[in-house]
Amino acid sequence: MSDIASSSFVRQDLLNERPAPVKTTGFIGLVRTRLFNSPTNILLTIIGALLLWFTIIPSVKFLVVDAVWTGKDRTACLAENAGFVVGACWPYIQAKLPQLIYGFYPEAERWRVNLTLVLAVLLLLPLLIPRLPSKGLNAGLFFFAFPLVAFFLLHGGGIKGFGLSWTADLLQLFDDSIIGAGQALLSLAKTSAAAPLLWVVGNLIVLVGTAISWLIFPLTWLRDQLQGTGQSVWADFAITAAIVSLIAFVLGGGVRTGGRALASSIATFVAIAIVIKLMGLDHGGLPIVQTNLWGGLLVTLVVSVTGIVTSLPIGIALALGRRSTIPLIRIFSIAFIEFWRGVPLITVLFFATYMLPLFLPGNFTVDGLVRALIGISLFTGAYQAENVRGGLAAIPRGQGEAAAALGLSWWKTTSLIVLPQALRHVIPNLVNSFISLFKDTSLVSIVALFDLLGSLRASFSDPKWSSPSTAFTGFAFAGIIYFIFCFGMSRYSLFVEHRLNAHRRN
Amino acid sequence: MSTEARKPPPQIALKIRRVLGGKTGWNGIAVQFAFAAILGWIAYEIVSNARANLENQHIAAGFGFLGNNAGFDVNQTLIPYTGSDTFLRVFLVGLLNTLVVSVVGIFFATVIGFIVALCRLSPNWLLARVGEIYVEIIRNLPLLFQILFWYLAVLAALPNPRQSISLLGIAFVSNRGLVIPRPIGESGFEAFLAVLAFGMVASLALRIYARRALFQRGQMIRIWPYVLGLLFGLPLITMLVSGLPFTFELPQLKGFNFAGGSRIIPEFVALTLALSTYTAAFIAEIVRAGILSVHSGQMEAGASLGLSRGTTLRLIVVPQAMRVIVPPLTNQYLNLTKNSSLAVAIGYPDLVSVFAGTSLSQTGQAIEIIAMTMGVYLLISLITSAVMSVYGWRVSRSLGA
Repeated sequence: MSDIASSSFVRQDLLNERPAPVKTTGFIGLVRTRLFNSPTNILLTIIGALLLWFTIIPSVKFLVVDAVWTGKDRTACLAENAGFVVGACWPYIQAKLPQLIYGFYPEAERWRVNLTLVLAVLLLLPLLIPRLPSKGLNAGLFFFAFPLVAFFLLHGGGIKGFGLSWTADLLQLFDDSIIGAGQALLSLAKTSAAAPLLWVVGNLIVLVGTAISWLIFPLTWLRDQLQGTGQSVWADFAITAAIVSLIAFVLGGGVRTGGRALASSIATFVAIAIVIKLMGLDHGGLPIVQTNLWGGLLVTLVVSVTGIVTSLPIGIALALGRRSTIPLIRIFSIAFIEFWRGVPLITVLFFATYMLPLFLPGNFTVDGLVRALIGISLFTGAYQAENVRGGLAAIPRGQGEAAAALGLSWWKTTSLIVLPQALRHVIPNLVNSFISLFKDTSLVSIVALFDLLGSLRASFSDPKWSSPSTAFTGFAFAGIIYFIFCFGMSRYSLFVEHRLNAHRRN
Repeated sequence: MSTEARKPPPQIALKIRRVLGGKTGWNGIAVQFAFAAILGWIAYEIVSNARANLENQHIAAGFGFLGNNAGFDVNQTLIPYTGSDTFLRVFLVGLLNTLVVSVVGIFFATVIGFIVALCRLSPNWLLARVGEIYVEIIRNLPLLFQILFWYLAVLAALPNPRQSISLLGIAFVSNRGLVIPRPIGESGFEAFLAVLAFGMVASLALRIYARRALFQRGQMIRIWPYVLGLLFGLPLITMLVSGLPFTFELPQLKGFNFAGGSRIIPEFVALTLALSTYTAAFIAEIVRAGILSVHSGQMEAGASLGLSRGTTLRLIVVPQAMRVIVPPLTNQYLNLTKNSSLAVAIGYPDLVSVFAGTSLSQTGQAIEIIAMTMGVYLLISLITSAVMSVYGWRVSRSLGA
């Protein structure tokens, strides 16, 4: 013991304080460790600072310091009148703002656009906040009810019939086409070499068509009776509501469990009735505003929201088709997806504008906006299909097998077990697709639709406002709008991704 | 009492059923028939409607129009073209213009993209933020917006040719485009080209030989001095022997415009600028993700084997990162090629602009022209995806998976 004590060293006096460690946190630490810690880094910092200096300072100067804020026409934005080198010409934006937002939508009717936007925001916000309840109802309203209401609000017009008449019309159209095809074959049979075969097939098709026309006769008869009465919409509505509710009741399980389906069906129809009554759809509805008057941000939003709403079902159907084991459906889905993904959107829009009208019956004209919408939906649908397929592939096989073991059918397995999980997985990818869709809507300006970018371009040619800084001001304004939307969506997608991956973090 | 083994089910019938109808068997076949009937019906409707509509508009279907005279001019052609050439020639001119803008765009996009990615990965805080701002701003603005911005705002704001901005006195930027010196072939041009081609082939062969030596015999051969000599030394010697291969014709300001030199039209400049800066933002993210995907342990493992930092990067980190980078990178190249079709918005004479735009409005042959245009892009993307699947197969083979 004493041996150890004698050989050990015991310090007799206090050591001097060590100097405080170099600060590596806070602003000073950041500057020291990540900006000026080595000669190379100092050089890089200087380069970075110069880059910022030559981009941010002129931008701020242009947008705020040198900007002209008031004025009536271009003279306010000319250097000789303002007395300095003029930056942004904001009065130009002020004058063109209605055009940039509504296009040529009649001024008296613009409340309809505003109301639609408010409705969209009211429905969309709760859908985006994960903590809020009743997502199913909300999604149903946004994806099904809102587009219809928005159509009648923005476009105007009323309805002449309801479900029954529409079904009857559609079936009759289909039946006419079948009979037409059969007759075309029969007339071919007179000249063709394979006449007997064509004659048989043609007659067969005509026979099927006639049979269908007898099958749908009660429907068409009822429609014709309804058209005769004055209150055709409401009578039609009542009949449709009764039939659909009955079907829902029976499919829901009859007396035992069908009450719920019946109640929800009746509630839906009551809501539809209220909407019809409120908007006066049964007697003409709101004044019609043709889509060639629409423009600006309105068209941008209409195209992107329609694209979002319609591309998702198309995408889901194609993704399921691509994973199907039925050969024809799989091949068709693959070919469809790869075709639309392989061509640029602008050719798709050309296709929709110039080629699609040729494919439709001659007496059937499609609105220019609707044509573009069809093209964009198909195009985006193919991209969404690949996103959804990624989600489907991420679901373990066991999920589907467990559902099959419980005796669920393919439809129930898919819609109740697989799809909900798959879609949750791919929300970030879907949102990213929506961002690119939103950006791609600007392409409709090439096929003579005036979206935000198209209206902006049109406003440049106004001689009243032509000044050296007009173009830059316009681009700054439109750029800020596009950036806010896209950046907002991308942040949201990051937020969802973070939430979905919560279990992976530790 | 013995139980006989049950006879195996008729496998052939099962297999046929599986092939024809998928997992669902006969139900699947029925579904297919219904589906085929619907498709046939739609096809019939389309064909009969198209035929009727074309008859009403007095348009003859078919590709005969390709032999007709186009009768309009194109302001940038790589192959000789005049207004009296055929529509087929217009198609080729447009296709070549698309390919040129794509190749130039891909080159600059890759360069800018890698620089921005390095900025974002840089330990320097400020530079990383600059890269981030670039990526965020560029990615969140539509490409068409950027093309129009460069074309209508920036290039239009440039001075006219008389006051054009001179770049070292050899190239001039004005609102009429970019004027650069034009190389003119001289006597030694052919020899120079031949030697250059030989140098490239020889250095490629050398590289293959060196890799084989490394992998099969473990022998390291330093080839870069030879490659440098082949690629630069040899052409230089040829130049000394047979004189300059080409001289440059400098642009001169004459009157209101430039004479001499070759002019790059402003549409091309705007399109290339927008396409390359836009795609660069996406490439930067891909490259960054690729480099970050290599585990930091790889770097440490390389160091512990005694490899230098550069060698570790070259032999260990970059090959692994490239595996992650290459597929999405090709995708971006493909996107750039497809996006070059936006040229139609500013009138650059690419395929869509001169063929699906001008030619379509002159002939009205919508079906043929749009099908041909879509076919070209489809072909490009199918070839790319075929190449990519070969690449993916090679990568997975080299991983032993």
